[in-house]
Amino acid sequence: MHNRQKADPLVRMLGVTKMYVQPDHYDILILDDITLEIHPGEFVALLGPSGSGKSTLLRIITGLSEPSFGTVLYRGRPVRGPNPNAAMVFQSFALYPWLTVLQNVELGLAAKGVSPAERHERSVTLIDLIGLNGYEDAFPKELSGGMRQRVGFARALAVEPELLCMDEPFSALDFLTAENLRSELLDLWLESRIPTRAILMVTHGIEEAVYMADRIIVLSKNPARIVADMPVILPYPRNRKSHEFMQIVDTVYKVVTGWDDHPSEDPNIDVIDTQSEERPRLKPIPYGHLSMLSGLLELVADRGGRDDLYHLGAELFLEVDDLLPVTETAELFRLADVTEGDLSLTDLGREFVQADVGMRKEIIREQLRDIPMFRLIDRVLRSKANHAMVKEFFNDILEEHFSVEEAERQLMTSINWGRFADLFHYDTDTELLYLAEDQLEESVQDSP
Amino acid sequence: MTEMTDRRSSWGMADILVGVVVLAVLSLLIAWATHAPHHSPETGKISLAFWRLPMYALYSWLRMAAAYVISLLFTFVYAYSAAYNKRAEKILIPLLDILQSIPVLSFLPVVLLAFIALFPGSRVGVNLASVILIFTGQVWNMVFALYHGLITIPRDLRESALSLNLSPWQRFRTLELPYSMVGLVWNSMMSWAGGWFFLMAAEMFSLGNKNYQLQGIGSYLQTAANQGDWLAEVAGLVVLVLVIVLMDQLIWRPLLAWADKFKMELVEGDARTRSAVLMILRRSRLIEWLGASLGSPVLEWTDRWFGHTLPRLRQAGPLATVIGLLRTLMVAAIIIVLVTALEGTLKLVQHIAWSELILVFEATGATLLRVLAALAISVVWTVPVGVFIGSNRKWAQTLTPISQIAASVPATALFPGMVALLIHLRGGLSSAAILLMVLGTQWYVLFNVIAGASAIPEDLREATKMFRLKGTRVWTTLILPAIYPYLITGLITAAGGAWNASIVAEYVSFQNHVYTTFGIGSLIAEASAGGRFPLLLLSTSSLALAVVVINRLLWRRLYNRATERYSLS
Repeated sequence: MHNRQKADPLVRMLGVTKMYVQPDHYDILILDDITLEIHPGEFVALLGPSGSGKSTLLRIITGLSEPSFGTVLYRGRPVRGPNPNAAMVFQSFALYPWLTVLQNVELGLAAKGVSPAERHERSVTLIDLIGLNGYEDAFPKELSGGMRQRVGFARALAVEPELLCMDEPFSALDFLTAENLRSELLDLWLESRIPTRAILMVTHGIEEAVYMADRIIVLSKNPARIVADMPVILPYPRNRKSHEFMQIVDTVYKVVTGWDDHPSEDPNIDVIDTQSEERPRLKPIPYGHLSMLSGLLELVADRGGRDDLYHLGAELFLEVDDLLPVTETAELFRLADVTEGDLSLTDLGREFVQADVGMRKEIIREQLRDIPMFRLIDRVLRSKANHAMVKEFFNDILEEHFSVEEAERQLMTSINWGRFADLFHYDTDTELLYLAEDQLEESVQDSP
Repeated sequence: MTEMTDRRSSWGMADILVGVVVLAVLSLLIAWATHAPHHSPETGKISLAFWRLPMYALYSWLRMAAAYVISLLFTFVYAYSAAYNKRAEKILIPLLDILQSIPVLSFLPVVLLAFIALFPGSRVGVNLASVILIFTGQVWNMVFALYHGLITIPRDLRESALSLNLSPWQRFRTLELPYSMVGLVWNSMMSWAGGWFFLMAAEMFSLGNKNYQLQGIGSYLQTAANQGDWLAEVAGLVVLVLVIVLMDQLIWRPLLAWADKFKMELVEGDARTRSAVLMILRRSRLIEWLGASLGSPVLEWTDRWFGHTLPRLRQAGPLATVIGLLRTLMVAAIIIVLVTALEGTLKLVQHIAWSELILVFEATGATLLRVLAALAISVVWTVPVGVFIGSNRKWAQTLTPISQIAASVPATALFPGMVALLIHLRGGLSSAAILLMVLGTQWYVLFNVIAGASAIPEDLREATKMFRLKGTRVWTTLILPAIYPYLITGLITAAGGAWNASIVAEYVSFQNHVYTTFGIGSLIAEASAGGRFPLLLLSTSSLALAVVVINRLLWRRLYNRATERYSLS
């Protein structure tokens, strides 16, 4: 029934690029030259790690946000302002707490100028369809999370959109509720009980994407580019336990985790990003929790030092999104390698697992000394007479490389790691990073 | 996060620019007042007969209501411009900060003269002057509340409004107004309380040898105190409290309970404001019928009407050029006014002698000491009492309503009576002024301490019990840190109130005799009574500057630190 070749594309994006302009002209690139088409009849999943700009891409497609360069065409016409033929379902539901379920659903129709009587009728029909009859006069705060998202769907579907956009619609729900809602939405879509022509879903759940979509687009991070665009040719309803299903999930996993191959093998020259010619950029560090890192490595050691990332994630109930920062941290510290979706411990990694807390701190401290960010902090603190420096100083440096929020997160992660490894101290009250006596005495290991 | 707030609180060019502009406009106002011919306005005679009281109360209430309506309109225009126009925001927000630090009372005579000149020989001018004064006393916090509401609307709600293609008007009535409603209602309540404070002082005062008075409850109280009629004084206070309590029960409580549904929480909170009046209204058939047959059609109609007119305004070519032309003309007019005003300022400033400058400086210092003393006294008694009330649920239930009623009586209403009692105290008005300030400001501290103490989580209390902490230890490790952010919030409001109260506390005319004590407040009052406008401008700016500087350098830092370090969330 989904015949892609014949129909004209619903959405065409041509060289869409988005950057955030920084006051000091070091703009931050979010989306880099995205070109894609969405055809009637398609259920497309946009997959990528967090911070990959997939939500930004969705907002550009719906016209909520404007691209810095490039064009978005809807049925051949450039999109200017919010697209009236598209509707959006939000991760946080974005319901108006002061309106009842019915009023929330009616909202989009009221904006279109539909008469009150017709508005009421259509909304009630839709509320029935989505399984919320009886709750018309309830307020969102009286509903459970799953029911709230049902209202979110009803509100979006009420305006009979041709393109239904969903921004991680199931990730704020518990597992069972999400599963229930997924299959119900899929039924509505497959049985054509809703007039929607195409669905675009942003997600970080690989299984969710394979379960629902018939096309998966994988984005990379910093900046986002399309790294894969693959069809999912599996008949509905899909069985998560089937061999074919697992095979596709595994393939997607490899694509998602594999894009992060370092451009150079030596981590010491990570500072210089090959993309920008004018100026060296600090390479962002992943925000991995060190306690999670220890836990993960111990688990892998128990498995004989090597395990499939997808299995690990499923076992720990972690999405790729939560797992990746930890594995990236392990790679950064040379404790593990990721190849083809498998995580394997290095010799140092084995040593780390065997060691006690003190030794582990020692190992991480040695590794941190090789990371440019920490070399910078160490050099600054040692060169000052009082061996102390305000946090804002480092923040200012980082803001030349990252957005304001990202700089803050980078610095907080650095401080956490530095504190854990006893590399330097940080006083929250005075916002000072400083070296204590014993930290000072250790010899500086400068770059070779 | 702190870096952000710190950065914003540092001084910018905008502050200086705005400060200069405010100064200029003030002096223009002064110039207007000085050149206006002195008509003697018709003043209402005050009779102390009891049966007149309800009438007087009504007059006062009408003045308040008029000022509130103006405030509300002003709030919407100002907050919208500040929230949605990036260029306007840069000027409007620092301006707001300075405007709200200008002591309203110091401009009473000037504004009054200006309005009397506008409506010679009638009571309209005097009435308008008092309405404008009350307006300037109550509008700023409402503007802040709405502005804050508008800029903190969550991104997803904003985006959903956009993606549903709501028209600007629909966006306003389904998203922006509801989202800001809770803050707006709370601040309206506070504004009314502040309004009563100024109304009492604005209804009756003397300028030079002329007495101006408006028929109202404020002038009734003052006349009663002047004539030593204590029975009338008490009767006036009772009526005033009655009006305030009625307002609370019939308007504010139902409004608060109604605004509850606009809270952004997605879980049902445990402490909900209840109001019997609102219940009755909600269940009434008449209201339901009115809503269905009148409310809904009106909403439909406004949706259609504004939906069509608003967007077209922006796009239409000829209309845009007309608007552009108007805007240019307005900017030009504003520039001309500002230049004249600045010229006037320079002329006024030329009349200021060095000795006066030093005098103003010393007077500001004297009042600062008084403000600090008043705050210290407030803290000393409110912290133990507030913590006691806040930590005992049973006592809280009985004591909170009582203290709320006590707090609702505007301090200025008590001033005439208090002055009569305190004027013969040792130290005279110098110490009485401090007590008067305490009277006006202690409640802000008390309520915040109560709120802080009742917000201490039960598990922390239990932990202190488990470790057998006793006496001062409990205070230093648990109670003081926990109430610290609340205490600072209370002190900020209290300090603002104390500075403003200095004008009525340091200069008192009582039984045809003027009592003064050295300070910036009395300097302002004397300057305005004697028509010494250069001095008035200088001392008022000095007071406003002191308030702004102390806010920026002390209170805001303390507040940022408090919320960051001691917040219990």
